[in-house]
Amino acid sequence: MNFVAVTLEFIAGQTAAVPLIPRSWAWRVLTLSDYNTRVVLYGTTLLGIAAGLLGVYMLLRKRALLGDAISHATLPGVAATYLWSVSAGYEKSLALLLIGAAISGGLGGLTVLALRHVAKLREDAALGIVLSVFFGAGVALVGIVQQDSGGNAAGLEGFIYGKAAAMTAEDAWLSGGAALLVMLIVWAIGKELQILCFDSELARSQGLPVLLLDTLLIALVVGVTIVGLQAVGLILVIALLVIPAAAARFWSDSLKQILVVSACIGGASCSIGTLTSATFAKLPSGATIVLVACGGFAVSLVFGSARGIVWQGLRHRRMRDQQDFQHFLRFAYEYLESQNNAGPFIKPGSVPIALSHLIHSRTWSAHRVLAVGQQLQKLDMVVMRPDDCIELTKRGWLAARRIVREHRLLEMYLLRETDVDLGQADRDADYLEHGLMPEHLMDLDEAMRAESLFDVPASPHPLLPETVASDLPSRVLPEQGKTA
Amino acid sequence: MKTTVVSSVVKMSADAPLSVRDITVAYHRKPVLWNVTLDVPGASMVGLVGPNGAGKSTLLKAIVGMVPRISGEVRIFGKEYHHHRSAVAYVPQRESVDWDFPATALDVVMMGTYGQLGWFGRVTKKERQAAHEALRQMEIEHLAERQISQLSGGQQQRTFLARALVQQADLYLMDEPFAAVDAATENAIVNIMRTLQSAGKTIVVVHHDLHTAREYFDRIVLLNTRLIAAGKTADVFTDENLQKTYGGKLTLLEEVGDAMRRRDRSNSP
Repeated sequence: MNFVAVTLEFIAGQTAAVPLIPRSWAWRVLTLSDYNTRVVLYGTTLLGIAAGLLGVYMLLRKRALLGDAISHATLPGVAATYLWSVSAGYEKSLALLLIGAAISGGLGGLTVLALRHVAKLREDAALGIVLSVFFGAGVALVGIVQQDSGGNAAGLEGFIYGKAAAMTAEDAWLSGGAALLVMLIVWAIGKELQILCFDSELARSQGLPVLLLDTLLIALVVGVTIVGLQAVGLILVIALLVIPAAAARFWSDSLKQILVVSACIGGASCSIGTLTSATFAKLPSGATIVLVACGGFAVSLVFGSARGIVWQGLRHRRMRDQQDFQHFLRFAYEYLESQNNAGPFIKPGSVPIALSHLIHSRTWSAHRVLAVGQQLQKLDMVVMRPDDCIELTKRGWLAARRIVREHRLLEMYLLRETDVDLGQADRDADYLEHGLMPEHLMDLDEAMRAESLFDVPASPHPLLPETVASDLPSRVLPEQGKTA
Repeated sequence: MKTTVVSSVVKMSADAPLSVRDITVAYHRKPVLWNVTLDVPGASMVGLVGPNGAGKSTLLKAIVGMVPRISGEVRIFGKEYHHHRSAVAYVPQRESVDWDFPATALDVVMMGTYGQLGWFGRVTKKERQAAHEALRQMEIEHLAERQISQLSGGQQQRTFLARALVQQADLYLMDEPFAAVDAATENAIVNIMRTLQSAGKTIVVVHHDLHTAREYFDRIVLLNTRLIAAGKTADVFTDENLQKTYGGKLTLLEEVGDAMRRRDRSNSP
């Protein structure tokens, strides 16, 4: 493997010249001038990418924990191979140990499938049994190893907790190979995997070998796991399979994008985690990587653009604002209508509407009315006047007309199709109109046989409560609010 | 135990779209389908009717090889199912999938083309157009880019139907397409079924509502673990047959099944 090491060094560009200024270890790590750090970084990053991609499918297939059972099941393989190679007089060889890990990990995965399909055991029970029994056997075997060979067995503990710093150039190439393989498979049979995860019944009825595809996924998990044994250890490798994929779901609703985001989060957590643990000598790499990934998850949970808490909150707020806008504009239009002015478009500014009317007709606080009015002014829909009145702009008037039309259609539809009374229909329409989608409007138009797209039907009930403007106090709004 | 089979098609036609012979299916030794024999003639619209747990869905699944059968055989246009997969479009129950899956309506419909594309086949413009066309037929083309989690129940069912349409099959097997959908969707589905039928396709539908069954289907299969009756709607929908289907439970079969399970349990160490 000398060739590999040389190539890696060549790719990374070796800094042969001694730097003029002596630099700290952290500096050397962060600038990647240390060869070992580079190797470990490449290795773990590629591992993170592979696990991120694969994790998306495992999560969508609702088999995320299968990876946990498989990774725990690798321990007896490692220990047994070690015992065997010692008794046979071979030197301790990483490749042999990993082959042993792959065999027992694969066996663990297949045992889960067998328990489910043959013994008809529930998935959680099957996972629990395989995980604990295989891991238990592994722990027992490691105990024997320690009795037999004392300190020599310490190497095996690296598999349990991970020891990325021990990664060699060969391991990095192994990671690269695993990442490439997973990418290739996702690219080649992505659509088969998609159909398997979404609708396995359709997959089966179309003749896709569901069991074979599931086995392939398990084989890939085994592959990623044995590569990950070195970097994060068998207990924590599940984190790389689950966390990036779960985090990516917050960023997108498209499978392709989720795959890309998950691979990025996986790769980034591994590289940042590796660098951090290399900078601070006492930090174990596996745990650091997992904690960084967890940070990525937290950020996604809060800021994720598709399902993150912040965006959902903002969306919710925007929806509430939209509702208030619609009510505000509808009121303004109906007021103009009641003044018999709404027919053809009236000249902007010709008819002012007192805000006190609005406050009176809706259960809004003066503060809220003012805030909505100001927001609408920013949208160029109303003009706030200094005398506590508003005017509709042309734009605002057009929007108001559309809103009123939708409200009335819905109201009349409710009156016709359900047995609610007039007031209830108005309230229901008040609530329902905000959920109208374009296709509902089309249906509504059809159902109500609306003559044209612009006609506003007359309201089925009297528009304004019988109040006279003079009954209301002339200044209801706080002085300081209206100048903004 | 001999079952009485009332089938209007006595002679088994070699290339009938669907021909089922003596199918028996059991879950954990409890019989779900018992010796069912059935022939479905071409260009017919068949309602599969029976009480809950009568094995209607299981019959469809047994036809497409999704549940193992203890005995019996299935022929699709005279051939075994796995030789004739492309001729069959199976529409599972809507609840059988996770609608939170990251996909648009168009993505789901496109899955119907994967069977024809085969392994490693790439989706091209042709498949995309076919998917759009199917969505248009189900009157939801404007929802093509919408997330499936954002679709209403009826729209989700229409998406499933559109997916079956792009499969361009000759035999459609639909598991409760009318379950929990709005009236407009029910109409749209019936219309599309009629269109398919007039194009010479055969449709077998698991259905619950006895009132609409008479109106929708020209043939009815009454099922309650065993076949009660099959044939033209007018012939099959008699009080006597319905009484047999919905009246008494099949106590004998159930008791035998229970007895066998008890015996298994007491025999096991």
